[in-house]
Amino acid sequence: MTRRLTRRQRARVVRAVQYGVLVVALLVLVLAADWGEIRRAFFDVDVAKEQFPEIVSTALVNTVIYTVLGFVFGLTLGLVLALMRLSQVPPYRWLAIGYIEFFRGVPALLVFIALGFGVPLAFQVAINQYVTVMLALGLVGAAYMAETIRAGIQAVPKGQLEAARSLGMSQQRAMVSIVIPQAFRIVLPPLTNELILLTKDSSLVYLLGLSLGQYELAKFGRDALNEHRSLTPILIAGLLYLVITLPLGHLVRRLEARTAKAR
Amino acid sequence: MSEERSEEPVVEKSPADEGRADAEKADLAKTDPEKGRAAGDEAIRIEGLHKSFGDLEVLRGIDLSVRRGEVVCVIGPSGSGKSTLLRCVNLLEEPTSGTVTVAGNEVTDPDVDIDEVRRGIGMVFQSFNLFPHLTVLENLTIAQRRVLGRDRDSAERTARRNLERVGLTDKESAYPSKLSGGQQQRVAIARALSMEPQLMLFDEPTSALDPELVGDVLAVMRALAGEGMTMLVVTHEMSFAREVADRVVFMDGGAVVEEGTAARVVGDPQHARTREFLARVLDPAAARLPG
Repeated sequence: MTRRLTRRQRARVVRAVQYGVLVVALLVLVLAADWGEIRRAFFDVDVAKEQFPEIVSTALVNTVIYTVLGFVFGLTLGLVLALMRLSQVPPYRWLAIGYIEFFRGVPALLVFIALGFGVPLAFQVAINQYVTVMLALGLVGAAYMAETIRAGIQAVPKGQLEAARSLGMSQQRAMVSIVIPQAFRIVLPPLTNELILLTKDSSLVYLLGLSLGQYELAKFGRDALNEHRSLTPILIAGLLYLVITLPLGHLVRRLEARTAKAR
Repeated sequence: MSEERSEEPVVEKSPADEGRADAEKADLAKTDPEKGRAAGDEAIRIEGLHKSFGDLEVLRGIDLSVRRGEVVCVIGPSGSGKSTLLRCVNLLEEPTSGTVTVAGNEVTDPDVDIDEVRRGIGMVFQSFNLFPHLTVLENLTIAQRRVLGRDRDSAERTARRNLERVGLTDKESAYPSKLSGGQQQRVAIARALSMEPQLMLFDEPTSALDPELVGDVLAVMRALAGEGMTMLVVTHEMSFAREVADRVVFMDGGAVVEEGTAARVVGDPQHARTREFLARVLDPAAARLPG
């Protein structure tokens, strides 16, 4: 074959092959799959109906509560750690670095076990379940958020602090009124990403041994799976996670676009 | 651009300002010119000022004083240390050695409350440094409220009066990003003035501006000088220096090479280095010719 294709012809051929492969793959999937079996496993309507309204009114709501508790605590601690990390006093910096490296390095699972079982056993105290959740999610989240916030503070131009100090503001006043508000606008997109990660990490709460009313999405789905021998509850739980995370992801993209425009 | 033009800054003296300027004039009149260098009349006194960044010695022993009501322009090639000198006055840079005294307070003394001293020193930066998360009005009120403890109403009154001085009353609710460079710099000047400083420092205030916006900022500064404000100005605007400055200081290599009246330093420079610099600044095209 010595026939030479023009660039446009070649592009058309390539595109046709790409779509062809896709169509063939889909056809094979549709024809080969046992749709009856798949439907029983994933889309059992009766099982699905049985999950409502509790999967929303209890599980979804609890997931949101746990996430928000962890996020608020993590954000507060993260801000303190970020400021310590940037401190002029070396021991503060060392403490912050030690904390951040430790909690970023160990699995969240381990922290949950330590807080859920280790602390009550070792100290013979019973901690409120919500407090435990808040601490466990927040302690790990704080390590990540501290680094994000530190980067945000450092991204605020030096001239801002100089202008504030020139007006007679103390270092602390300048940080609180001028630098930190700007830093938060810079880190809003990555912090929202942090919130998405925390939403998913909140599924680890099952480790703490929850009562029925405290079930969150993952635990609720797993219980229903055992009961009905059907994946349907898991599928619904997964979709409900998306109900939370997809709007947040959309928000991140809009915030990023806004920041890009402001620059 | 037409917008810029339409709001030529109208700097009108409020009765209060006039009173203050008169009082200052009376003050000056009372003082014997020979005694003019007495401490009470000195806005800034810099003695034996050295500043190094690591191995780099940026200032090599500067002695300079600025009298109250005086406008002093510092000129010189880039890297000559003039911005560093200015930044040492309000301690944005910590001098390596030497003393800086502002209105009788030695700012280089570790026991002096630097925040207190800075309240009396207005600073205008090359890159404006307006607070982007605040509106123009908030930019002007935040330090008044947080530092001087003024209530919102009186802070806003002072802010509006100063916006009027720089001709930007209609921009009070705009965010800095919506303003042109020239407007931003005038807001920055109004922000500094809102603290009612006794002294203003300008660090190349027009260097970051498009040429057609320079005039409005210089007009504001000229009016300020006319009101009797003490000003230390680092600038490349030779016409401004010649016209407004009581004294011009030429710096090179971290030292003062020559100082005197504008007419003398700019009009009839004594040192070869000053002549060379002025030739390059006043006629850049000629300086670039080979040979």
